[in-house]
Amino acid sequence: MKEASPSKAYALHLGVIVLLFALSFVLPEYHHGLLARIMVLAVFAMGYNLLFGYVGLLSLGHAMFFSAGLYGAGLAVIHLGWSVPAAFAAGLACGALLALVIGLLALRTSGVAFMIVTMMFAQVFYLVILYLAAWTGGDQGLVVPQSARVLVLGDTSLGLTNPTVRYMSALVLFSIVLLVTLGIVRSRYGRVLVAIRENEERTKMLGYDIFSNKLAAVVVSGTICAASGAAYALLFGYVGSTFASVQYSILPLLWVLLGGAATTLGPLIGTLFMYYVVDVTSGYTSAYLLIVGIALILLVLFFPRGILGTIRQRWLGWLP
Amino acid sequence: MHFGPHLLLAALEGLVTSAVLALTALGLSLVFGVMRVVNVAHGEFFMLGAVLAWAISTAISGHPALGFLAALVLAPLIVGLIALVSERLVLRRLNYNPEATIVATIGMLYIIQQLALTFYGPEARPVEPPFSYRILLPWFGYSGYKLSIIAASALLLVATWFVLTRTRIGLVMRATQYDSETAQAFGIPVDRVYAGVFALGAMLAAVAAVLIVPISQAHYLMGQDPLLLSFIVVIIGGLGSLRGTVVAAVLIGLSDGIISVFFSPTLAKIIATLLVAMVLVFRPQGLFGTASR
Repeated sequence: MKEASPSKAYALHLGVIVLLFALSFVLPEYHHGLLARIMVLAVFAMGYNLLFGYVGLLSLGHAMFFSAGLYGAGLAVIHLGWSVPAAFAAGLACGALLALVIGLLALRTSGVAFMIVTMMFAQVFYLVILYLAAWTGGDQGLVVPQSARVLVLGDTSLGLTNPTVRYMSALVLFSIVLLVTLGIVRSRYGRVLVAIRENEERTKMLGYDIFSNKLAAVVVSGTICAASGAAYALLFGYVGSTFASVQYSILPLLWVLLGGAATTLGPLIGTLFMYYVVDVTSGYTSAYLLIVGIALILLVLFFPRGILGTIRQRWLGWLP
Repeated sequence: MHFGPHLLLAALEGLVTSAVLALTALGLSLVFGVMRVVNVAHGEFFMLGAVLAWAISTAISGHPALGFLAALVLAPLIVGLIALVSERLVLRRLNYNPEATIVATIGMLYIIQQLALTFYGPEARPVEPPFSYRILLPWFGYSGYKLSIIAASALLLVATWFVLTRTRIGLVMRATQYDSETAQAFGIPVDRVYAGVFALGAMLAAVAAVLIVPISQAHYLMGQDPLLLSFIVVIIGGLGSLRGTVVAAVLIGLSDGIISVFFSPTLAKIIATLLVAMVLVFRPQGLFGTASR
């Protein structure tokens, strides 16, 4: 890997954040709302990318971390009447705890077994949500009441249903997670993760504790995904079991593969691109799963590095 | 009805599930065993078998048995052909890399499912059973067709076992499974073996679906449960072990049938999935399998 000059990388990331901020004032209403949603889901993809891209652990169950945050935050507001920050924290805590437990179990396996085990745990989580329909609303889901989605900061109260507030909240979350990911990737710890991906045995021989490093990565990844889920519940006001289904474990994989695994900005580009492809094609056909399927196959066949991965390989070796 | 007969009924239902499950899981297990490919689209080949069975049996007029027999022969052949084409076009180009093939078969799953929805529609449609003879037991009458499913499945399983252990084709397949590079060095066309095994795996799923479709219904989402159950069976039975797969299928089918009669099906699924995940975590070679080489 080529050594990047730190200022160049940080300037690029700050530039992306400023661009997203500026877009808020020029975008038409429809795209404004769509971009807010994309930023929240890109956080999900970034959490996934940390584990898949940098550690090389392919999980097929990340929907459970997303929906742990979603339900953790949503149910805290609906049933316990918690305030927005407290509910967000509850969502994060649920995701972190779940990731810790799942990590302790699933990391005993590797390769294909890891993929199947994570998929099965996610399936259990999904079925539990359906089973506890009395609290979770089953497959109907629950709506978080508008009156509860108000962020109180000192004397001012911001309604999260307001498009501008919603966009800015999504942007704040996105920026924090983007910079945190960049920080992790460039840190000593990030290098150890990549070393594990490249050669686990050799990294072990160099004296690194593989299991605890991987476990920490699962917990950080799960927590980031839970943050995305919690934000989704609070900003868009819907908590539903679809978000726990297998499909939502596959989607972040697709977004990350498309944007470029192990690139910090890849998840955003992949999410953005896929969302707009589905949005445009849904004007012609309802067969959006067909597009997802074809995209997955074409990507693994011809484009395994994704958009940013290819750009990094061909032209910009310094991209983080 | 008393507890005893009720249990007998649940056990019979469970055996029918086991019979279909054993065939489906055997297909998954063969593909994994020989090619080391986890085929996530396996459930969709099952669904395709059922949907094609409906299409073929409605296209043929006359006695229902005629349409059913045509479906039993044609549907697996068509599904096998589709599997063969997708293997050539996709899996071979990926060099059977385990992780890339999972992503690719997920893609196939979505494509097949969406095409079925587009061309077949969201309805669940029945297929008429070839005969409707009821066997009268002292406590209840039981469908003769369901019992014939068990017999047909047992026959196919024995046939597969025979091919695998007693014929030249089976020898070639086992050699490829054991060590594909050495097999290649001895002149075995590993590449063609892979294509054949993938098609065979899909055909087994399709046959299972044709057998079950007269008592359930053809629906474009029907591949999900068999996929999950087959995974469970293959994992419990030990990846790539034929005997383990059959034993596990009977075990899972029976317990699924009995638990679903007496408890909530969702709860049954939660417990089964969790148990299997734990088996995979703590005993990755399966309950009946031997430690991997």
